[in-house]
Amino acid sequence: MPISESDVRHVAMLARLALSDEQVTQLTEELGAILGHIDELQHLDLADVQPTAHPLDMTNVMRPDEVRPGLTREDALANAPQTEDGAFVVPPIVGGGDDA
Amino acid sequence: MAADRLTDVMERYEAVIGLEIHTEITASRTKMFCGCPVAFGGEPNTRVCPVCLGMPGALPVPNEAAIEWTVLAGLATECDIALWSQFHRKQYFYPDMPKDYQISQYDLPFCSDGRVSVEVDGPGAAERLDRGHALESGLLTGDAEAYTTVIGITRIHLEEDTGKMVHVGGAEGRIAGADYSLVDFNRAGTPLMELVTEPDIRTPEEARRFAQKLRQIWLALGVSDCSMEEGSLRVDANVSIRPRGATGLGTKTEVKNMNSFKSLHDALAYEIVRQAEVLDAGGVIQQETRHWDVGAKRTSALRSKEEAHDYRYFPEPDMVPFQFTEEWIAALAGRLPELPDARKARFVAELGLPAQDAVVLTSDTALATYFEDAVAAAGAERAKAVANWVTGEFAAHLNAAGIGADASPVTPGALAEIVELVDGGTLSARQGREVFSAVIETGMAPSAIVEQRGMRQVSDSAAIEAVVDRVLAANPDEVARYRDGKTGLMGFFVGQVMKEMRGQANPGVVNDVLRARLG
Repeated sequence: MPISESDVRHVAMLARLALSDEQVTQLTEELGAILGHIDELQHLDLADVQPTAHPLDMTNVMRPDEVRPGLTREDALANAPQTEDGAFVVPPIVGGGDDA
Repeated sequence: MAADRLTDVMERYEAVIGLEIHTEITASRTKMFCGCPVAFGGEPNTRVCPVCLGMPGALPVPNEAAIEWTVLAGLATECDIALWSQFHRKQYFYPDMPKDYQISQYDLPFCSDGRVSVEVDGPGAAERLDRGHALESGLLTGDAEAYTTVIGITRIHLEEDTGKMVHVGGAEGRIAGADYSLVDFNRAGTPLMELVTEPDIRTPEEARRFAQKLRQIWLALGVSDCSMEEGSLRVDANVSIRPRGATGLGTKTEVKNMNSFKSLHDALAYEIVRQAEVLDAGGVIQQETRHWDVGAKRTSALRSKEEAHDYRYFPEPDMVPFQFTEEWIAALAGRLPELPDARKARFVAELGLPAQDAVVLTSDTALATYFEDAVAAAGAERAKAVANWVTGEFAAHLNAAGIGADASPVTPGALAEIVELVDGGTLSARQGREVFSAVIETGMAPSAIVEQRGMRQVSDSAAIEAVVDRVLAANPDEVARYRDGKTGLMGFFVGQVMKEMRGQANPGVVNDVLRARLG
């Protein structure tokens, strides 16, 4: 099996997905099949093939550095469950982050 | 943290330090992937749009100017510029990242493999205990009092900054124990360069000097305002120690939250000693992120560092790759301004300044420009005299007023005028300083101040001789002692004459007259 149940649980945790034991069993099988297919591709000799960076055959799509109108604060906050002083309110955070 | 404690530890252990420096591209008018303006502060959530709020279906488009700035930064630090590069998604969950991923770069950054040379002098040079040996082996250049070390740049990549959070409740806005947090996305999406150095730094002083040097280069480029207080320049450090002579690497910790150059130095000094104490006690270093507490002057553990693969980077499907040409890179290189090292060399070669003056002047781009403007007004033959004024009186005035060279009421033209008046003998040095202070107070031109106050240096020998005779007559004991060999009394006589002439006498003439009379 190219992927274990504990791998699946780890990846699910990173993606904040709550999986039942049945789902873990099923996904381990399905992801295993996908990874098995990838493993087959790994055996091909692709030394002279450029990796596909993007399905579109385009490069250098950029925009000029010009200010464009955004949202009003009212619109920006319109769907927030809770706001205070013009800011989004979020529950207390346990553990670190802020890793930019 | 006592410096001798650091020295004691560094005699037994060598520190291995690498820096990660985030710089907001404040020169950019708009954010990295949307047209919202880049600015500091303001009312929360007033510079936002569907892209930087991470709303479903919004399409980020990269800002060409921010990419050019990053390539310029790479060229200024001697990096190779990638001909093929792209953005990746870095996945993590945190409320300041509304998309739940950050658009960053992974294995194909814009810039890689650069270098920055860093001069280390003054008392901090002594932190490098092995500098004698390193100078002999050619690892360092210069001498034991002022050496130069070359720090490798691993990469510079471009990403988007996060939003800002304010923690409410609990103790003093600290995250631990907060009741809830407020999120402001004004900063989210600001173009952010991340520069990573090789682990080439060996002392806290070298780390500080590197960060200062990089700031000078960025300011000369104009890519960012580099304000550590406002967070547009943020320095994190990876540090480990190993026994002297060992070649393997010890377990490293990452130190964050150093918001001044002094904090960077002090946090590293603390962390090196802390790690040595753990090892000396037979313990092991935990790989972790530690927070510098500037008040308590210590670092404390924040969290265990996630493994890199937990970010699950993958190519950003919303953007196509970048293919740059040598011609495009060369055209950008043509836009590079003169950088601090080149300017320093020119000040020495063309203006004949001592290296030390050139280092001080070019440590601050605004100061160097001020100096050049003043020299242009005073004439190149007065460059050394102008340098003395700029690094002395003028720098002290900027320090006291807490302003930059371009904000001083003493314009380069006014300073040039003062230098000419003193250099040409119209004013004594002391009178020159008086005029300098008067320009700051009144904003008047130096010539007008001289006129108004009737300040003229007296060089007329007859006038000075009369005063000298009075002073000698009034101090017969000192005259006798001088003639008995107490020649150190010359300063006393000069002082008496100057006092009587209210500082307006030409000191050279006073000296000559005194010598003739006492000889």
